[in-house]
Amino acid sequence: MSFPLGTVVALEGASGAAEATGFEPFLPGLVVLLPLLGFLANGALALAAGRRSADAVRAGGEWHLPETERPLTHTWPSLIGPGVLLAAFAVTLVNFVRMWGAELHEPVVIPYWTWLVTGTLEVAVAIQLDQLSMVMMLVVTGVGSLIHVFSVGYMRDDPGYPRYFTYLNLFVFFMLVLVMGASFPVMFVGWEGVGLCSYLLIGFWFRDREKADAGKKAFIVNRIGDVGFLLAMFLLFTTFGTLDFVPILERAPETLVYGGALVSAVTLFLLLGAAGKSAQIPLYVWLPDAMAGPTPVSALIHAATMVTAGVYMVARSSVLFALAPAGSLAVAGIGALTALFAATIALTQYDIKKVLAYSTVSQLGYMFLGVGVGAYTAGIFHLMTHAFFKALLFLGSGAVIHSMHHALHRTGRHLDAQDMRNMGGLARRMPVTWTTMWVGTLAIAGIWPLAGFFSKDEIIWYAGAAAGGPHASWYALFWMIALAAAALTAFYMTRMMLMTFHGGNRTGEEEARHLHEAPLTMSVPLVLLAAFSVFGGWINVPAALHDGWVGLFGALPMGEGLHHWLEPVVAAASEVRAEHVGAFHETAPLGGGELAWATFSTLLAAAVVAGTAAVASRWRIAPAAEAGEPTGGLRGLLYRKWYVDELYDHIIVRPVVATSRFLWRVVDAGIVDGIVNATGSVSRAFGLVGSVVQTGVLSTYAFVLTVGVVVVLAVMAL
Amino acid sequence: MITDSLVLSALLFVIGTLGVLIRRNAIIMFLCIELMLNAVNLTFVALSRLVGIDGQLFVFFVMTVAAAEAAVGLAIIISIFRHYETVDVQSFNLLKW
Amino acid sequence: MSALLDVIGYERWILHALVWLPLAGMGLVLWLPRERAKHVAFWWSAALFALSLGLWWAFEAAPGFQMASSHPWIPGWGVAYALGVDGISIFMVLLTTFTTPVAILGSFNYIEKREKAFYALMLLLETGVLGVFLSLDLFLFYVFFELTLVPMYFIVGVWGGERRIYAAVKFFLYTALGSLLMLVAILYLYFRAEEALGAGSFHYAELLRVPLTLQEQLWLFSAFALAFAVKVPVFPLHTWLPDAHVEAPTPGSVILASVLLKMGTYGFVRFLLPLFPAAAQHPPVVTLMLALGVVGILYAAWVAAVQPDAKKLVAYTSVAHMGFVVLGIFALTLNGLQGALLVMVSHGISTGALFLLLGMLYERRHTRLIEDFGGLAAVAPWLATAFVITALASIGLPGTSGFVGEFMALLGAFETHPWFAGVATLGVIFAAYYMLPMVQRMFFNRLHESANRGVPDVSRREIAMLAPMIALMIWIGVHPAPLMRRMEPSVESLVSHVERSLPAAPSAPAVGD
Repeated sequence: MSFPLGTVVALEGASGAAEATGFEPFLPGLVVLLPLLGFLANGALALAAGRRSADAVRAGGEWHLPETERPLTHTWPSLIGPGVLLAAFAVTLVNFVRMWGAELHEPVVIPYWTWLVTGTLEVAVAIQLDQLSMVMMLVVTGVGSLIHVFSVGYMRDDPGYPRYFTYLNLFVFFMLVLVMGASFPVMFVGWEGVGLCSYLLIGFWFRDREKADAGKKAFIVNRIGDVGFLLAMFLLFTTFGTLDFVPILERAPETLVYGGALVSAVTLFLLLGAAGKSAQIPLYVWLPDAMAGPTPVSALIHAATMVTAGVYMVARSSVLFALAPAGSLAVAGIGALTALFAATIALTQYDIKKVLAYSTVSQLGYMFLGVGVGAYTAGIFHLMTHAFFKALLFLGSGAVIHSMHHALHRTGRHLDAQDMRNMGGLARRMPVTWTTMWVGTLAIAGIWPLAGFFSKDEIIWYAGAAAGGPHASWYALFWMIALAAAALTAFYMTRMMLMTFHGGNRTGEEEARHLHEAPLTMSVPLVLLAAFSVFGGWINVPAALHDGWVGLFGALPMGEGLHHWLEPVVAAASEVRAEHVGAFHETAPLGGGELAWATFSTLLAAAVVAGTAAVASRWRIAPAAEAGEPTGGLRGLLYRKWYVDELYDHIIVRPVVATSRFLWRVVDAGIVDGIVNATGSVSRAFGLVGSVVQTGVLSTYAFVLTVGVVVVLAVMAL
Repeated sequence: MITDSLVLSALLFVIGTLGVLIRRNAIIMFLCIELMLNAVNLTFVALSRLVGIDGQLFVFFVMTVAAAEAAVGLAIIISIFRHYETVDVQSFNLLKW
Repeated sequence: MSALLDVIGYERWILHALVWLPLAGMGLVLWLPRERAKHVAFWWSAALFALSLGLWWAFEAAPGFQMASSHPWIPGWGVAYALGVDGISIFMVLLTTFTTPVAILGSFNYIEKREKAFYALMLLLETGVLGVFLSLDLFLFYVFFELTLVPMYFIVGVWGGERRIYAAVKFFLYTALGSLLMLVAILYLYFRAEEALGAGSFHYAELLRVPLTLQEQLWLFSAFALAFAVKVPVFPLHTWLPDAHVEAPTPGSVILASVLLKMGTYGFVRFLLPLFPAAAQHPPVVTLMLALGVVGILYAAWVAAVQPDAKKLVAYTSVAHMGFVVLGIFALTLNGLQGALLVMVSHGISTGALFLLLGMLYERRHTRLIEDFGGLAAVAPWLATAFVITALASIGLPGTSGFVGEFMALLGAFETHPWFAGVATLGVIFAAYYMLPMVQRMFFNRLHESANRGVPDVSRREIAMLAPMIALMIWIGVHPAPLMRRMEPSVESLVSHVERSLPAAPSAPAVGD
């Protein structure tokens, strides 16, 4: 009945648990609670603002934000929204420092209250603090804070400003529940909760039908994945009798048979769930459409945090995946395929956000490849660096779009503000955005010594190194795919930068004068994220490279930092792997050690970037209005995204709708209800036949009655 | 003696029955029903010589019921007449489906 | 709190009060002038809800019936006036007392003719439903079970939409037909009790002791199951429901969805399982019931998705939700049964709220067609917010009441029948498939109809109805443990009773496949 009290009691209980581990959490519940409070406060403001704008609409017009004096509903969220996030980040940092200082080998689980309880099942609302959840918390609150600050600049002129922060805070709350939850069901609450926020934020401008459609699509596709998650939970429960992480992961190696059907089924179901949330083949189709939301949302939800939940989930249940070689192979295969597939689509897109969206799908594929080959740390590492540079790139594109919007708004022209063919030459007008985005581009392309180089190279390396064990030829194939996709990444990102920032401006003369650099609230997060994109990779320089030129001959700090940090979390998985598969190989499939291939891949990326830049000067790009859509050939096929949306539409969506109509019109109204109504009609028909004798004439009745009496008497007498 | 009484009452009863069956005027039909009741009463009284006081006792019940029935029945007929301005039962066929 | 309840002797009179006070309220409504009918009805039922809340504290989490009492009613036939409450019925009772005042409040503007009769019937309905949930005597139960038909028939038939007569007759005949067979089965049980126990009885506790062969059980099970399955409704006996819902006035739909459907599933749990345990565990029977549940979930979801009429759509979603209940019940596991009970509660609240919201929209626009709406979130943001939250609770978003029940029901079913549960889980997708397009087409997109521009947002009275419902949805979703703890002992003893009383015949079926 009393949550606050329960919280206090639980917090005290937490310090009791701390004595055993040497790690004393500092109000960890506050990390989750703060965004929730922000949600409630902003929600109240949003409801008030909604009423006001509704009154204006009802009066026949539209509500516009006053130019001079903003109402409180549109000023307070600027403080509350980012404020709670920064506070949560601060609390997380304190916890991080404490965890850093302590030797924590077991996760700290802090229960708050009992959620589900029957005789056989008990699930508590509990959070789990360990190295993995700490990394995720830092990413979510840290990158989240920056994106919230950016949003203040990006969204403050939108009439729905308080509603925006309501959703954004709610999202962070659910994301934290997802990463901090101590059991699969609690994680699932966050899992579906972030899906909900994604739905609301994609369809934030809900009066635009396409945007609302995109939100709906995201939710439904995600739910397909959620079925997998649910089934995996059911299987785990019937096997272990509990759904908490700690006991399941602890007992899994003894309880489950290595490579057995059960654990394979569990991991494949989990993979289905992860593929839905992390936009992997075959469920990736929602993510590109999700770009309909405001750009900071794309940065936060559809690049940095929510879509990485699948990777987090695989890493969280790493023991299970280690026990299921088939499941792991599937994860790696899906990841590699997605990495390449999405990269090919990104090659030809003209919408700046679409390029980034497919790039995200592709990078998520890398993360899947990483956790699939058993390099859980590498996957999480790439998740983290990707959060930095992809958030940076999205926010940068947001700054560009913001500026384009303003310029087009000034002159009143209707152009697609996101089409790169309408941009060009923005470098001079937006130097900060331009510089920082180049940092992000080089990082994602894998240029040494930026963050993306270290993380992506580690994944590619482990894919190659896994090709020494079972399923060697598959892993060798994945490794080559990953290398190829890396080259494509370097190309499409450079293409995007060149089309947007270089060459001549194609927006229009009048408009070009209004293109301007983003305000401080937007540029400061860009600069900070750019810094992280540079240095972020240094925390985990592999030992084999650290003393080579890659690690500046040992000068880069914190070699293998993340690896050591996450060791307690993935130790069990590593043990299983060591026992059944053996160690990773020292050489890649084509020979050569880690250092050699690292050198190769960064040189490859650099060559592609430089080559693209050299070729691009000869491109002639027409503005979107004159150019039209590319058709025919490979180019058209890629621009049309391999026609996957159309394919799904034909083989899934339409048959489902057609079947629904059939079931309704024919089966339900026709057969089932037809039988019911027929029963009624038949009874009525009998009644009609019988009613012939019912003349309504009293004398007839009396006569029949008399005859009847006489007959009865006669029968009795005889 | 008793045979005569029974024959008389049988005759009265048949006359009443035929009246109900043949006549269309509701009042007449009603009177015929009374006739049937009284025919039965006559039978009761006649038989009470053989079986005892019970028969005569029963006549009182029948008379009471007949009185009540007459009151209700006539009231219905009057209200029907007010409505249709006729007492011909052929025209009262609302109960027909 | 419980000390206070002791002082006023709460446990001695509350159940009788719950059953008969609505009837007294009905008299009051009929006696007082017409203008005051709705207020009297509302405050009367609200006070009754306040009274019933004491059950929360007075009820102990223990197996068996509590506050039970039994007085001879027709001693010659062994009929008793016996009431009692246990962990299975307590939340049905609270759901009823909660929903009735909300539904009455929801009819303030909707009902414009024969108000006295309407509110009197609503209270009569409450008596009937509470009697169903509290009766411990099968004769009494049957009387109340049938009593609920009468007010509902008139509510649909008098205050309903254009095809109200068709819908009312269909509703009445369909459900009455089902329950007549149950009456026969009850009488059979009575005579078997006379043979086996020496004295005929309709008392639930006595009838539980009547030994029945598997053959008998199967027949009686079928008769009872038919009566309840029509009420639930289980596919393919569901077609009366969309008609009744579409034609019923808002409060009628609310009560129908929230409470009346639950009488069917309640009957499954209360009577079918414990009275005929061998039949309920007979593999073909279990397979049939589970299959019907699963088919109901998927079929109703698909049919719902293409309905042009919003009310009909929600009506079909009820069928899908009840599919989860049936699945959970016939899984015969603790998790499944508790999940089923929670789905019942949650469905009562969320679907009731959906019907209220659709009623509000109907009052504003006088249409139920989805395509007539669009973009309403721009003019009625609070209404839209409430609708979205309710819709999400209805499709089982974690953190709302819908999820807890569905999750437990599926989990419980998975323990014994993984294939059925696996297929049923797909219902999660199709729930989004029917609900989100409706939400989008009504509340998002452009404001394409000028009539929608004038739609006012929720009034204070409407907030007073919606706020408690939304609060309950979230509370049950976040902290269902107090409910589950109160249910658990009764469900536990039910499951063990069913499992224990397998006949020793060689053909005795085992639990599960």
